[in-house]
Amino acid sequence: MRPFDYTRAETVREAVAALVANPEAQLLAGGTNLVDLMKYEVAHPAAIIDINHLPLRQIEELADGSLRIGALVSNAAVAYDSRVKERYPLLASAILAGASPQLRNAATTGGNLLQRTRCYYFYDPSSPCNKREPGSGCSAIGGVNRIHAILGASDKCIAVHPSDMCVALAALAATVEVEGPEGRRYIPFAEFHRLPGDHPERDNTLAPGEMVLAVRLEGNHFVPHHSYLKLRDRLSFAFALVSVAAAMDIADGEIVDLRVALGGVAHMPWRDSLAEAEFAGAPPTEETFRKVAVRLLAGAKGQGGNDFKIPLAHRAIVRALSQAAAGTPQDQTVKAFQ
Amino acid sequence: MLNHSRIVGFPFSRIEGPLKVTGQAHYAAEHHAPGLLHGFVAVSTVAAGSIAEIDTAEAERFPGVVKVYTHENRPQTAESDDKWKDTAAVPGHPFRPLENGRILYDGQPVALVIAEGFEAARDAASLIRIRYIADEPHTDILRERRQSYVPAEPRGESMVPPPPRGEPEQAFAAAPCTVSAEYVLEGEHHNPMELFGTTVLFENGGLTIHDKTQGPQNTQAYVCNVFGLDPEKVKVRNDFVGGAFGAGLRPKHQLFLAVMASLDLQRPVKVELSRREMFYLTWRPATVQRVSLAADRDGRLQSVMHHAVQATSRYEDYQENVVNWSGLAYRCDNVRLSYELAKLDVSTPGDMRAPGAATGVTALETAMDELAYEVGIDPLELRRRNFADHDQNQGKQFTSKALDACYREGAARFGWDRRSFSPRSMREGHDLVGWGMAGGVWEASIAPAEARVRLSVDGAVTVSAAASDIGTGTYTILGQIAAETFGVPLGRVKVEIGDSTLPKTGVEGGSRTAASSGSAVQVASKAAVKTLLAHAKGMPNSPLARASEEDVSISEGRLVLERNHQIGLSIGDIMDAAGVSFIEEHGKIEPDEAQMKKFISYTHSAVFVEVKVDEDLCIPRVTRVVSAIAGGRILNPKTARSQILGGVVMGIGMALHEEGMIDHRTGRIMNHNLAEYHMPAHADIEDIEVVFVEEEDDKVSPIGAKGLGEIGIVGVAAAVSNAIFHATGKRIRHLPITVDRILGA
Ligand SMILES: Cc1cc2nc3c(=O)[nH]c(=O)nc-3n(C[C@H](O)[C@H](O)[C@H](O)COP(=O)(O)OP(=O)(O)OC[C@H]3O[C@@H](n4cnc5c(N)ncnc54)[C@H](O)[C@@H]3O)c2cc1C
Ligand code: SF4
Repeated sequence: MRPFDYTRAETVREAVAALVANPEAQLLAGGTNLVDLMKYEVAHPAAIIDINHLPLRQIEELADGSLRIGALVSNAAVAYDSRVKERYPLLASAILAGASPQLRNAATTGGNLLQRTRCYYFYDPSSPCNKREPGSGCSAIGGVNRIHAILGASDKCIAVHPSDMCVALAALAATVEVEGPEGRRYIPFAEFHRLPGDHPERDNTLAPGEMVLAVRLEGNHFVPHHSYLKLRDRLSFAFALVSVAAAMDIADGEIVDLRVALGGVAHMPWRDSLAEAEFAGAPPTEETFRKVAVRLLAGAKGQGGNDFKIPLAHRAIVRALSQAAAGTPQDQTVKAFQ
Repeated sequence: MLNHSRIVGFPFSRIEGPLKVTGQAHYAAEHHAPGLLHGFVAVSTVAAGSIAEIDTAEAERFPGVVKVYTHENRPQTAESDDKWKDTAAVPGHPFRPLENGRILYDGQPVALVIAEGFEAARDAASLIRIRYIADEPHTDILRERRQSYVPAEPRGESMVPPPPRGEPEQAFAAAPCTVSAEYVLEGEHHNPMELFGTTVLFENGGLTIHDKTQGPQNTQAYVCNVFGLDPEKVKVRNDFVGGAFGAGLRPKHQLFLAVMASLDLQRPVKVELSRREMFYLTWRPATVQRVSLAADRDGRLQSVMHHAVQATSRYEDYQENVVNWSGLAYRCDNVRLSYELAKLDVSTPGDMRAPGAATGVTALETAMDELAYEVGIDPLELRRRNFADHDQNQGKQFTSKALDACYREGAARFGWDRRSFSPRSMREGHDLVGWGMAGGVWEASIAPAEARVRLSVDGAVTVSAAASDIGTGTYTILGQIAAETFGVPLGRVKVEIGDSTLPKTGVEGGSRTAASSGSAVQVASKAAVKTLLAHAKGMPNSPLARASEEDVSISEGRLVLERNHQIGLSIGDIMDAAGVSFIEEHGKIEPDEAQMKKFISYTHSAVFVEVKVDEDLCIPRVTRVVSAIAGGRILNPKTARSQILGGVVMGIGMALHEEGMIDHRTGRIMNHNLAEYHMPAHADIEDIEVVFVEEEDDKVSPIGAKGLGEIGIVGVAAAVSNAIFHATGKRIRHLPITVDRILGA
């Protein structure tokens, strides 16, 4: 860890100004990811801007009926909020599938969006890694890549975004509210994270000086038919090998609207809305779900150590959709899969 | 001199527990002194090669840094390997920190930064620039096994396979039922809660070293040998040890580095390693094994062949007893056992809970399950039919072996008789349900041990020994034994251990402490009672004048006649009359060589496991375990049960989770943290039931106890793997059994 300057921002304006003033500054929210990365010598921000005093700790109902979750609301507070549980049980479930109670108490909504990959080589400053040090190479290709991407990877980076919460937010088509030197803007969730391409050092589409203020969720028809299914190497406190946020609106025995987001398989929560749309009108049966899986994984490519993720993802998609269709979402407090 | 107080054999809570849960128990790196300096170790990031250049200038300029040590400026220490060999050393050249620029393994210490504060030391360490000349690393046991060899110098007699007996190959060829398969175990890494740490303080004209170790006297001798110090001037303490499981048997480099810096700088120094560095220390070596078993149609073993190749480092031949169990666990007249090593660019492996047995018995017991299916009989029945009533490897009788009771009681508690034989025949919703079992065996022996016991005029008792409590309950058990002999409540006994100046004790390892030090305490306690009786007899008109040792006991502060507690004298009166204020006696025990020529002792177990595996998703869950243990006399059912529970949990980790992931291109361990190196979380552990079966043994140790630290893990991984086979029909011979291995099978 290197010495750094520490400032506490009292207003959003101050925080943004500090970010603009110092391109090597980083925001500190719950610290559960950033402080780790600093200790591992992966991140060495010249300055830390502590945003914990900003008024971003509320979950509010907006006039249009949508819910606005402040960037500093803890993961636990979101998961146990009665409005979230009632209207977005998929989100609550995904959060509870992640990390541990202690971490969820400390981790924030904004921090969860911005958390960095768990790629072993990214965490190891002596390994070449394009994400940590652009142009140095990607050690995971041909290396230990059991936890890496099967979709959307590039020859520069095969890392995955590790979040559970974001997978649900992707399925629910949330909007990210950000503030920057140019003012406020709203980013559709599908456009917030990005694929690695030639610039794996960029995890998302935030512009320099921008910060997340909130996540917004509109009303939805998915409460009766949703499920978050997470598969991992132990039954709790491990990142997803593959996770699926499934949601659908069913009317008259037909799928009206289908949402499938995948976690643990790509540089961002993986959604393919074109593919989803193809299944409008299909019956919510296992046969349909198998087709969905085949369609979503059509471009999947293994890296050796993670080849197993392709069949595993297929099975997870089918199961999660079946759970959703049956109205029996995966209960995160139960170890058996429903 | 029997005592009827209900102390030994009863479930007392740990006497040091309140200190631990209130933060008053100070571990090795929790000692302080004015002017204490902090060390931080920089480690190598290549696995093989050498340091071409090391630049510490920037680190040295960092505020607060006192000195940076590398191989270029390290103070001179002992020259000969002998001096570097601790009592638990293995054949080869012991590792010498910062000795030269050669890199022998990933994570090797290459520099020590000493600073006024921990943060300064850590931050400065990141500023050291090192240029390596990297050689091609060899870290894959599956490749390096081709160069395997029989170790020239055995680590110990018990690790040498016995000569073959009978005609194993011919018997195998002729038998109607055979199995032969290869089993791969990935390397596992010790991660007890407490990290390795050493604090060196200057006290009373000498050094007091607080070290994380399983043997304070081993540490003390090592430090004196390596640095040429006067043993009178070096005292080592390990009052509390936050888990060790074998990791603390040998001195670790932070000990050397802390002492080196404190001697050089003449200031107190503390060096604590990081969690990451735990992955570069003592580890359970990766092993490839082939087990071939043959049986007649009734399942009677005709041939047992077990060959193992195990990883070791370039510089030492670490060895364990992996294969010998296969020659003694079951009755068989045709046996061939062989054990070889393969050198890798890794740190020297070390003992990790049931070293050897956890590895070898896993392969044997999986193969036994495979054989049961080949023969077509129940796996438990197969084991019963091959019950060994003596140790055929050594031609010795068992001092006791209540394994049949483990089979019986374990099976009953588990409900084994409701198991259907065929794989994939039990289901529950999406889950395939599997029941598997395995046997376990571990050596039971005592090591030479001494203890001192003092009985004060007020009836208070102090027990002293240089033993260690690595979380197993040694404090409590030694206290219980003394309390029982002296007829005082446990609260009246003070236990002093974890100090090199106390009576001699071997390193705490191999599950021997309870039986060894416990017996020494009993010998010393009995001697004290005898002295007390002698004093009593010397008193005028003594009511005990004609009593012998066997006739008396201590009860409620009085030395009384067993048959009539009314007759006796108070301890105070006896000591007053004798003009003493306390009685102190020494106890010493040693293994009985004559007996050992004819007899041998083992602990045994039978482990029954239920798993559920989602048929599509292939994620395994261990939902139920019954572990039935034959471990001699149980001194404290509570601490004993904890040992077995812990062993079972570790066994589940071995079966399903733990695996050091090495990038063989660089020879580096990539998952060196607890987020990515998985061991069981609470969610992975459900019902575990521990059953201790009756087992009387008057030969294994004077107190009849066998030791329980290791047996709990032995067989667990095999039982899990066998249960997964029963659930899924898939035989997975590569641990840990992760989802990809099930999916791909
Ligand atoms: C052992 C372990 C296991 C875990 N397991 C899981 C898991 O299973 N599933 C899962 O989803 N997560 C898991 N996590 C990750 C955890 O969810 C994240 O660490 C957490 O969400 C980060 O939030 P934070 O508030 O602590 O972020 P911080 O560490 O404070 O910040 C993280 C990053 O976000 C930036 N940032 C923070 N707030 C803002 C903002 N408002 N605007 C812009 N940038 C911002 C920071 O500058 C920093 O770069 C695990 C973490 C650990 C340590
Ligand atoms: S996968 Fe990405 S994060 Fe991992 S080493 Fe390659 S470039 Fe770095």
